[in-house]
Amino acid sequence: MTDKVLSTPPHVEPVVFTRDMLDWLPWLEPMAERDLTARHMAGLVDAARAKSAYFRLLVRDPEVLEHRTKTDKDIFYNPEAGLPRAERELAAAATSRFNGCIYCASVHARFAATYSKRVEDVDRLLDKGVGTDLDARWNAIVAASVALTATPITFGPEHVDGLRKVGLDEASIVDVINAASFFNWANRLMLSLGEPAAAEKA
Amino acid sequence: MSDVIDTLAGIAPGSPLDAIRNGRLQARTHAQASYDSLFKPLTEADASKLERIAIACFVAGLHGRPEMEAFYGTALAEGGAPAAWKGAIATAVVAAKGQGPYGHYPKGPLSAEDKAGPVFKIGTAERSALGVRLAAAFEHTHMLVFHPRDAAPPYLQALVDAGWSATGIVVISQLVAFLSYQIRVVAGLRVLQARPA
Repeated sequence: MTDKVLSTPPHVEPVVFTRDMLDWLPWLEPMAERDLTARHMAGLVDAARAKSAYFRLLVRDPEVLEHRTKTDKDIFYNPEAGLPRAERELAAAATSRFNGCIYCASVHARFAATYSKRVEDVDRLLDKGVGTDLDARWNAIVAASVALTATPITFGPEHVDGLRKVGLDEASIVDVINAASFFNWANRLMLSLGEPAAAEKA
Repeated sequence: MSDVIDTLAGIAPGSPLDAIRNGRLQARTHAQASYDSLFKPLTEADASKLERIAIACFVAGLHGRPEMEAFYGTALAEGGAPAAWKGAIATAVVAAKGQGPYGHYPKGPLSAEDKAGPVFKIGTAERSALGVRLAAAFEHTHMLVFHPRDAAPPYLQALVDAGWSATGIVVISQLVAFLSYQIRVVAGLRVLQARPA
């Protein structure tokens, strides 16, 4: 049987980068909650993700989803050493802004703003884009993320020097590389398997 | 235990970057497990191993990374791909290469940031060498690599029309997205390793 590409229900399409909560509407049929087996639940990692259309679509390949998710969580949530959480989120937000993933940028701009308390700087990144002036340290992290995101990749020794100059140690530089690289994974799934929608007001 | 990212980035056991990568041991372990799940899948029902390796060769070529092209090129030869694939992939890479990210935003204030660029159509000879499924997958892969914000339902319809199931589309989307990550981690770690503090 041939699978179908879905028509999305009527919705309001976000046309700017925002820190607002957004919904996400799939273009392919997610698995039904009642069809999820133990193998699928392992793939979802968090049982609550069974409520998400995005994760129920990705769980069509449970093994890849499980390992993707566990890679993601360690890059961003592991509190040991390296870059502060706020700046890992900044790298994710900058990558998403440069690739043009409005959904991913909304999530990680919220996290960056929450953890850094620099709401105005985060909003400026969203409004003006990755060339905006934040401060020396954030500019270096954004520039490195953008260079890693470009295809062909333009990340070079000057970016490593730039990160060291603003105080990043080796483990923190590896965190920038991991965070920006990982969002090149996440952005492509979010952008190509469905679309964002403004959250329905309660 | 060594892994593919270490091999491709040239990170030796006991080196400073080896120690730093161990500081994110879950990420390291599960990046490798992601690779294993994609290239040694439990089932080939929705995307065969050879299809996956061919797409990986194309993604590596589009990024212009010799270490990745060599690695996946070897896998293609060892996997027993039809003889015509290697040349067809190389020709497709030359035709498809570009600079990303570009693409369009939803109409509105961001339209000022729209950046036009090519939509890749594979050549007739490469289409017949690779078959309709892989030809469609390569056209989709080009969009994912260079202009992912142009993604839209018709791109998925083209894959369905070429015989890909919904699960197969999820698999190849994960594949291209994972490779976009793997290639960048390797590139970044190589630069860092070549630039000691």
